[in-house]
Amino acid sequence: MYLGQRELKSALQSQINWPARLQELAGSARNSHLQHFYSATIPNADTPLRDVKFLALDFETSGLDPQQHGIVSVGVVPLTLERVFANKGKHWLAKPRKAMADESVVYHGITHSQIEDAPDLLETFDELLEVMSGHIMIVHYKAIERTFLDVALRERIGEGIEFPVIDTMEIEHGLHRANKTSFWQRLKKQPPMSIRLADSRARYGLPFYRPHNALTDALATAELFQAQVQHHYSPDTPLSELWS
Amino acid sequence: MEAEHLEILDFLKQHAPFNELPDEEVERLSQLTDVAYFKAGSDILSYQQRIEDLHVVRSGAVEVYHRNGDLYNRLSSGGFFGEAGLLRNGKVRYPVTSLEDSLIYLVPGTEFNRLFDDYESFADAVETEDRERLKRALDRRASANDMLTATIETLVYREPIGMKSSGSIREAAEMMTEQEVSSLLIYEEDQEDPDKPLGIITDKDLRKRVLAVGLSDQTAVKEIMSEGIVCVQHNQRIFEAMLMMLRSNLHHLPVLKKGKTIGVVALSDVVRHESKSSLFVVGNIFRATTVEELEALKDDVKATFVKMVDEDANSRMIGSSMAVIGRSFKQRLLELGEEKLGPPPVPYCFLALGSMARDEQSIVTDQDNAMILHDSFNPKEHDAYFLELAQFVSDGLASCGYTYCTGDIMATNKKWRQPLRVWKEYFDDWIEEPTPERLLHSSIFFDLDGVWGKLDFAEQLNRLIRQKAPKNKRFLACMARNALQRTPPLGFFKDFVMEKDGKHNNAINTKRRGTAPVADLIRVHALAIGSKERNSFARLEDVVDASILTPGRGPDLRDALELISMVRIRHQALSLTQGEIPDNNVEPEALSDFERKNLRDAFQILSNAQKFLKFRYSLS
Repeated sequence: MYLGQRELKSALQSQINWPARLQELAGSARNSHLQHFYSATIPNADTPLRDVKFLALDFETSGLDPQQHGIVSVGVVPLTLERVFANKGKHWLAKPRKAMADESVVYHGITHSQIEDAPDLLETFDELLEVMSGHIMIVHYKAIERTFLDVALRERIGEGIEFPVIDTMEIEHGLHRANKTSFWQRLKKQPPMSIRLADSRARYGLPFYRPHNALTDALATAELFQAQVQHHYSPDTPLSELWS
Repeated sequence: MEAEHLEILDFLKQHAPFNELPDEEVERLSQLTDVAYFKAGSDILSYQQRIEDLHVVRSGAVEVYHRNGDLYNRLSSGGFFGEAGLLRNGKVRYPVTSLEDSLIYLVPGTEFNRLFDDYESFADAVETEDRERLKRALDRRASANDMLTATIETLVYREPIGMKSSGSIREAAEMMTEQEVSSLLIYEEDQEDPDKPLGIITDKDLRKRVLAVGLSDQTAVKEIMSEGIVCVQHNQRIFEAMLMMLRSNLHHLPVLKKGKTIGVVALSDVVRHESKSSLFVVGNIFRATTVEELEALKDDVKATFVKMVDEDANSRMIGSSMAVIGRSFKQRLLELGEEKLGPPPVPYCFLALGSMARDEQSIVTDQDNAMILHDSFNPKEHDAYFLELAQFVSDGLASCGYTYCTGDIMATNKKWRQPLRVWKEYFDDWIEEPTPERLLHSSIFFDLDGVWGKLDFAEQLNRLIRQKAPKNKRFLACMARNALQRTPPLGFFKDFVMEKDGKHNNAINTKRRGTAPVADLIRVHALAIGSKERNSFARLEDVVDASILTPGRGPDLRDALELISMVRIRHQALSLTQGEIPDNNVEPEALSDFERKNLRDAFQILSNAQKFLKFRYSLS
């Protein structure tokens, strides 16, 4: 998957005061599940990573355009810096309101019949918001998870959703792409390092996991995040350095 | 909602002890398992810490320690730890740190204890693993204490300490004092290869070359260092290294591993490590003053061989010990020869070829040797001396039990007693103008080791081989073709392959049909990658590192070689204890069912390896 510079630049955007923003949204949200989600306490910008509860989040979608495609599965795995609570992981299938493109069937390893039998996201999003609340989300490429959930909720309950995320792809990007293409690499025309999930994981000695199962990808992202923090940050690093 | 961690499930299913459990139990476990990542060098478990999970290594590697800090075990993917604490008091008994970046699966201890009680096969698998670890640990300790079998690497306690050649003597003395070392390696100013030292200085040099002669301490160290330093390979036996020190009057030897200096061993380290019994034979060889006295040691050599077999030494230990003994005989005979005939008119190097050079000698062996003479050699003036010396050594070796070489590959043969320049032509010819026929009896020269005299001559030839062989595909193809001449007996179990000489109708020649073809085919791969090693096991490691073989084939071939070698060695040891003359012919009736089955598997592996060689060099 190729990522344009535009999306990646948005990563470096100015800081949002997330606790204040969520409090504000709690006042304006109409849906009771959303209100509940926004009113949960989240850590401040200067909270050290060691004290934060994270939730690795991954969606499988029927395509890449949130306007034309929908969410077909959701995987979540909670974690702290010390432990990935794989045993508290959850996985939902969802039937998108937009038709599933044929070619994506193989890609996701989910068949039409499984999707046909799955409930609409409207029936399960309250469970999802429940596990998300109070956590800082970790995703690999935030443009997917944040935008798709926002669009899906707009279509179903008439209002979108905002929440802070840490993007493990953005962290890799910062390490391997932004300003880091060395003179030698340019001279030797070496391609910049791949920041796809599997390639990023391999750099930290993490095993290969078969991609495109939302729960496995969430687990894979959680493990990658632990590795990134141990190699490049510290448990005392404030949340503000990583979230956006 | 379903939460099945497929990756965790698949992994557990494939690994002991979980593969002993019914599917539904593994599925349940996989849903209860957590995960944690540990960067290399992190503490995973500390002694007496509370432990609540069985730890399973998913990727990376960890080291398990004893309380006293000694390494207990090393685990990689699929290994597990923490079971001892879980089964006893819930406290960590063996601290664990990550050796590499590692991903650990955490299986709840309550579940582990329940499964341990409920499933006997699961409990057995856990305990087997424990017992095997213990045995391995014990084996390691036992062999590490034996000078005959332990390698010099075990005496390397620290990284080498060194400085640049332009540094002053005073700086050197300060560094040696500060680092508490008795020697210092000296490196060239901007040396291309930083691992190869230029020279060495020792405490003694400071005394003799500085203080005693009143040299200024501002003089550069390069003025007083000893150049052309003698090194040992990391996998050389401790007693070989000790002999080297004693015979060259050196007190410090840099230790090399893959061309890098990993440390310096001092004579005092070796002496501290000495165990008297193992040096018995070699010591006596160098004390012998006549050929008759050497001949009298034959029985001691046999006894050493049988003793090593009884003590469960592996073929590599036995092979290299026998080679060291053989080399010592040669060295002492050459010393005696030079005493008798006077000093050599021009410098020379005496060579070991074949199994002795490969450190794979058995008790049944003939003498394969040769001489490289200095290029100033003049046949009319000098050859009479070298022929007489060669004859003296050859006859001496024959009396000591090393029969004359039937192929006449001995220094007594004029063809194999030539100046370095001619030897280089031989190798140029073999490598650049190869035919299978010309190379048929030459493969032995590609296992070549200097044992006496100007060892550098032998090294020059080995360098030439390493440079030329990998580039000459036709040479490699010819060597490969010859390596396929001797095949293993495949119909071994039912229709026993008979040897054509008719003598051993129901026996198999374990050398000709087993160890020799394995060594041959490993040699071809080793030549192709320019390996510096000569021992088949060591060559095979290089070949595996170079990714020439399909994954898994390397270890298979190693095990096959070990098995065939040990069948051969045990057979010979048995003959010796029964007062018979040992040979290479093993009768199938003399083998247990187990050995027969394993031997057949080993021959199958050899046969497949030959097919691969044939394919690699497109031979039909």
